[in-house]
Amino acid sequence: MGEIFALVEHRQGVIRDITFELLACGRDLASKTGGSLTAVLLGDKPDAFVDSLKAQANRVMVIDSPLFKEFNSASYQGALSQVLSSEKPMVTLMGHTAFGMDLCPSLAPSLDMPFTTDCLALDIADGKVTATRQMYDGKLNAEVTLRQAPSYLLTIRTGCFPASDPGLEAEITTVDSPIAAEPDYRKFIEYIEPVVGDVDITKSDVIVGVGRGVKDKDNIAMVEKFAEALGGVVGCTRPVVDSEWLPKDRQVGSSGKTVKPKLYVALGISGAFQHLAGMKGAETIIAVNKDPNAPIFAEADYGIVDDMFKIIPALQEKILELKG
Amino acid sequence: MNIIVCIKRVPQTAEAEVKVDSSGKDIERERLTFDMNEYDTFALEEAVLFKEKFGGTVTAMSVGREDAQDTLRIALAKGADSAVRIKAEDFDEIDAIKTAQLLKAALKDIGYDIIFCGSIATDDAYSQVGVALAQLLGIPHATLVTQIEADQGRAQVHRELEGGLLEHLDMALPAVIAVQSGISVPRYASLIAIRKAAKKEIKTIGSDEIAADDLRADIVIDKLFPPPVTKMAEILTGDPSEVSEKLSKIIKDKGLI
Ligand SMILES: Cc1cc2nc3c(=O)[nH]c(=O)nc-3n(C[C@H](O)[C@H](O)[C@H](O)COP(=O)(O)OP(=O)(O)OC[C@H]3O[C@@H](n4cnc5c(N)ncnc54)[C@H](O)[C@@H]3O)c2cc1C
Ligand SMILES: Nc1ncnc2c1ncn2[C@@H]1O[C@H](COP(=O)(O)O)[C@@H](O)[C@H]1O
Repeated sequence: MGEIFALVEHRQGVIRDITFELLACGRDLASKTGGSLTAVLLGDKPDAFVDSLKAQANRVMVIDSPLFKEFNSASYQGALSQVLSSEKPMVTLMGHTAFGMDLCPSLAPSLDMPFTTDCLALDIADGKVTATRQMYDGKLNAEVTLRQAPSYLLTIRTGCFPASDPGLEAEITTVDSPIAAEPDYRKFIEYIEPVVGDVDITKSDVIVGVGRGVKDKDNIAMVEKFAEALGGVVGCTRPVVDSEWLPKDRQVGSSGKTVKPKLYVALGISGAFQHLAGMKGAETIIAVNKDPNAPIFAEADYGIVDDMFKIIPALQEKILELKG
Repeated sequence: MNIIVCIKRVPQTAEAEVKVDSSGKDIERERLTFDMNEYDTFALEEAVLFKEKFGGTVTAMSVGREDAQDTLRIALAKGADSAVRIKAEDFDEIDAIKTAQLLKAALKDIGYDIIFCGSIATDDAYSQVGVALAQLLGIPHATLVTQIEADQGRAQVHRELEGGLLEHLDMALPAVIAVQSGISVPRYASLIAIRKAAKKEIKTIGSDEIAADDLRADIVIDKLFPPPVTKMAEILTGDPSEVSEKLSKIIKDKGLI
């Protein structure tokens, strides 16, 4: 029967939100296959994690070993390849996260499991697994069918399957660690915390976010002035940091900061989901982009389709007028 | 050191309109410009930095149609020593896993100490090929790499996790290193280097050298369509002064100034 497995993702002693989204997605799939949902938990003395998972799945499978205190894809692959080969779930779900991206593309071919990444929606009907993914800078969705096989592996985008509390009572099963040591070819050494900069953008009510549309480092000063007029600070997208136009602590998004200001003004930002993940909690979002099809407009409250370099001075003037 | 870098030619879609073609399964390519996948520009830079530090050669490899040669020539101009194209036109349904299988097949006669990839190709957005290739070759990997230092067959690698957190790994080489953007600042090619690269031969490998029967794709695309619009910004229209007038009022009404 179509059993569904979902891998619990945790880091530095905390279960990551994606886990509950995976479990929500898993419950939905299990209702389609008539199978049950198992949360697969690899961790070091993970009792506290088990408690928070009990109501979420039909079973929690626990592999308790110091080897799984931190995530190392090599250790996880060693353990999971054995678990999945013996249990043979129909679908295994993991997050399309730094963790899933490092593990799944190698785990899947090692078990000859059809696999695809970053799914926004999934369906199973007549033994056929289909997924919706995004391509071309988020401008098109693709519906794909996976090659038919007994078992599938899929990674799920964050924020697509709302977590809920179904009030289940999971059976807890334990499995001895299938591996005895961390592989020598890949060893986890330590975490390195992000560098703290001069301004904490997460504390500001107004953030002017600037993207690659700013074109040149020399144009940052103009954006700084504009942000000042609004009483806010400047944040940015990843390419702006990559180009060394602004420091890393200004980056908003999944691999940067999560901000929830009252106002976020996005200038020359296309609206990649990794960026949206960091700012969609803003109360009001204004986007200025010359491309009317930019995905940012689907997230913003107000949009202007124009050249940011024409809008910035005009808007700055009006704001200074209103401030008197 | 034998250094490999995997490079994909992709349409530049961040600022362009992307239309579905009449098959419903592919995009219209005519009005789009194509260039090296951005993440691969970082992989190439890292490969060339490795060559400069450790000596050896850089081989750029691409699974692509004939025009992928233009992109491989850019790689040659930026410091790759040789280039190999695997003829995509010889194979159907090339998804990420099949790309990895083709790269593996093409690497059969090429030695490697390290293989650089990007962490994602911006067209298909699989984030899969480099890590899958490592598995097929039976060597370790790391993706989302923001720093790597190699010494005596091992590498100290920093991987980027969410929220700007990094992890430090100690890895054995050879390995596949799939780099995150920003790992370095890619160089420009000089005019002389571009001219020289134009004359270099690019090796091509096709289905006559790679048996297609054991190649297997994981997915087929059934259809492409614009993402459904669930929410849309209220678009303010007018000249810059008019829209600014409207916007500043909205900002004021919300008590933000
Ligand atoms: C694992 C991973 C993690 C990531 N984490 C993050 C993250 O934390 N934060 C992040 O931001 N990104 C992140 N990214 C990158 C992300 O996928 C996008 O590449 C990035 O957000 C795009 O930045 P952008 O919008 O500035 O650039 P682009 O996508 O290039 O968009 C530039 C936009 O500017 C517009 N424009 C150009 N000129 C003008 C003008 N004169 N006036 C008005 N508009 C103009 C264009 O129309 C376009 O829409 C991550 C990617 C990966 C793979
Ligand atoms: N057709 C291709 N030819 C060569 N390398 C590729 C190809 N497709 C993907 N890659 C490599 O794999 C990385 C990740 O791509 P993807 O898994 O498609 O997102 C890219 O950054 C490239 O380094």
